[in-house]
Amino acid sequence: MSRRSISLLKNLRNITNGSKIQTRSVTYMPRPGDGKPRPVTLIPGDGVGPLVTNAVEQVMEAMHAPVYFEPFEVHGDMKSLPEGLLDSIKKNKVCLKGGLKTPLPVGGGVSSLNVSLRKELDLFASLVNCFNLPGLASRHENVDIVVIRENTEGEYAGLEHEVVPGVVESLKVITKFCSERIAKYAFEYAYLNNRKKVTAVHKANIMKLADGLFLESCQEVAKKYPSIAYNEIIVDNCCMQLVARPEQFDVMVTPNLYGNLVANTAAGIAGGTGVMPGGNVGAEYAVFEQGASAGNVGKDTTEEQKNANPVALLLSSAMMLRHLQFPSFADRLETAVKRVISEGKCRTEDLGGNSTTQEVVNAVIANLD
Amino acid sequence: MDLTGRFHNLFISGLVSGESINVNLFQVQRSKKSPLCLFPLCVLLRLEAITMAAFLARRLIGNRSSQILGTSSSSSGAFISVARAFSSSTTPIKATLFPGDGIGPEIAESVKQVFTAADVAIDWDEHFVGTEVDPRTNSFLTWESLQSVLKHKVGLKGPMATPIGKGHRSLNLTLRKELNLYANVRPCYSLPGYKTRYDDVDLITIRENTEGEYSGLEHQVVKGVVESIKIITRKASMRVAEYAFLYAKTHGRKKVSAIHKANIMQKTDGLFLQCCDEVARKYPDIEYEKVVIDNCCMMLVKNPALFDVLVMPNLYGDIISDLCAGLVGGLGLTPSCNIGEDGIALAEAVHGSAPDIAGKNLANPTALLLSGVMMLRHLKLNKQAEQIHSAIINTIAEGKYRTADLGGTSTTTDFTKAICDHL
Repeated sequence: MSRRSISLLKNLRNITNGSKIQTRSVTYMPRPGDGKPRPVTLIPGDGVGPLVTNAVEQVMEAMHAPVYFEPFEVHGDMKSLPEGLLDSIKKNKVCLKGGLKTPLPVGGGVSSLNVSLRKELDLFASLVNCFNLPGLASRHENVDIVVIRENTEGEYAGLEHEVVPGVVESLKVITKFCSERIAKYAFEYAYLNNRKKVTAVHKANIMKLADGLFLESCQEVAKKYPSIAYNEIIVDNCCMQLVARPEQFDVMVTPNLYGNLVANTAAGIAGGTGVMPGGNVGAEYAVFEQGASAGNVGKDTTEEQKNANPVALLLSSAMMLRHLQFPSFADRLETAVKRVISEGKCRTEDLGGNSTTQEVVNAVIANLD
Repeated sequence: MDLTGRFHNLFISGLVSGESINVNLFQVQRSKKSPLCLFPLCVLLRLEAITMAAFLARRLIGNRSSQILGTSSSSSGAFISVARAFSSSTTPIKATLFPGDGIGPEIAESVKQVFTAADVAIDWDEHFVGTEVDPRTNSFLTWESLQSVLKHKVGLKGPMATPIGKGHRSLNLTLRKELNLYANVRPCYSLPGYKTRYDDVDLITIRENTEGEYSGLEHQVVKGVVESIKIITRKASMRVAEYAFLYAKTHGRKKVSAIHKANIMQKTDGLFLQCCDEVARKYPDIEYEKVVIDNCCMMLVKNPALFDVLVMPNLYGDIISDLCAGLVGGLGLTPSCNIGEDGIALAEAVHGSAPDIAGKNLANPTALLLSGVMMLRHLKLNKQAEQIHSAIINTIAEGKYRTADLGGTSTTTDFTKAICDHL
């Protein structure tokens, strides 16, 4: 694994201590030139995307964080990714992204740009951290789940064709290479972040060969980490358990489609997709965006009234700062955001309040110390 | 008598041509210009072939789900009630019962007791799963069991454990494929008196049961690369969409939501959505919406009251219906019914066979009982269905008799007796 990913993993550890507001007491001695501003590609996106990425830009500026953004205009209904975008990301190696709307097919077939971005950059792992935020009431307590989802193959291979009129086939592809990769990532993450258990989610009783291959890879990798407990759960049982007793889950590793469902369910029970951070990471590049994908483009009313929830993207940008090896800025940002949430005075509509995005941003900036 | 002869011909032609018997009767009535002419026909019925009437009645009842809005309802309604009055008093309805494994036999016993206490005239035809693979069905389910369900058209199934391994089909899959059970209906409602984190759940999930991701078509392309094929056909999607909207209409439901992932799987889920759109246009007074599955999952765990009837393809249906079961208290309390072509209905308890508590009289029979109630409603025995349903709800709401999984200490037999007392 490349050095970058290891540092990413190491620094992801700190977000998961969700309940305590952190203060560090360790001196970090930088190398000369470490404070040079780093470029980060920025994709505002569609819908509420520009609103929340703007929020991040404001907060970064207020903190004087050593990052500067190179924005690129991308919209969900473009035929393909624009020219300079991939070059920029390959140069900067880090990207921050708002949601891209995936249009429903109208007989045509525009493939999702979110998915094609992930495939081009080979961002094979998508990580969503779902945890209860103090001060945010939800029906479930003690939730702290990290869902690691394979991002490139599975049901999202996009290989569909019409056999005869009225009969359509879609291929789900599972390879040993990708399954092993994601299993290794999941166990490394658990190991480096002091997580106790990894659960593999599957439907191998029905899809015996496909999910069976995924399970085999997970089992092989599990043997190399004897200190981490490993178990397997069928996806429908998993969803039921998530709703009934979510505290039993720690790290979950899943193929593509189940990961989508499980991540959104877990985000929903922990407080909503508006607050869960996440990112997509590959061997060389990392793209940070709102964790769970549901609603990341927002409704039209949210866009008009400008009350989208910026918390998810702010916490994801904290993850990004750690990835860029600026842990103190990341801590300050996270502390400020968590303080704003726990105070409860400034909340957007999806959390039950009626503040606008700008008001939340101002509150976060005011809380930066 | 000329009338007898003509009526015989009608019977025979009716048996051959299914629904047309209704129309023919109407014509007979009108040609004789006497509303009372139905009575001599009844006498003839009684004398001639009561079983034939019962058989016809059941075919008509079975087909009611597809012709509930039929045009000749008035005369057929009279005919059905007359025939059923005869059939219920003289011939009990035959239904297949699969007790299943593990706790299956105990809870099946429970159901039989409650039904007898409620005076439900059902004659159970019990079948058990075999111990070796039957080559005619390529599974542990015997050919005779399948024939029995095809004949009676109505059945109740307990939990069956699928042995792990290759070389034979899973039992549930066998039933679905052979009986062409195309829709799985699972009503999920919060049970008053049994508190979970969600109190306002009242939704129905209707899941396409035959194709989709569960077609079982997988192969290894090269070593380390496996492909699994998901198939969506217009025929199956139309079938389940029609059933969903019909169900919504007959049960007075206001909204149908189609769940999909058509932004990624554009052709397959796109076809499913197209079929739902077409059917929705035929029911303009039922609200229709399309929801992407990840949104749906999130909305369900945040606010399940947003949904009413959900219709979806196979895999999503599996996951969502179990999620909804989790919202109301788990699989031990959830009824379910599989609908097949020709009006076949197989109600089943979807929980596992719980081998660890088998034989100890600790099992919770609620799921199988509620499924039995669904079966009764399908048979249009609504009065008894309502009776048993209320008895179950009241017993659980009272809280005195609860089995271990609901947090109580009663045994299966105590719980059953409490329900019988509440009838």
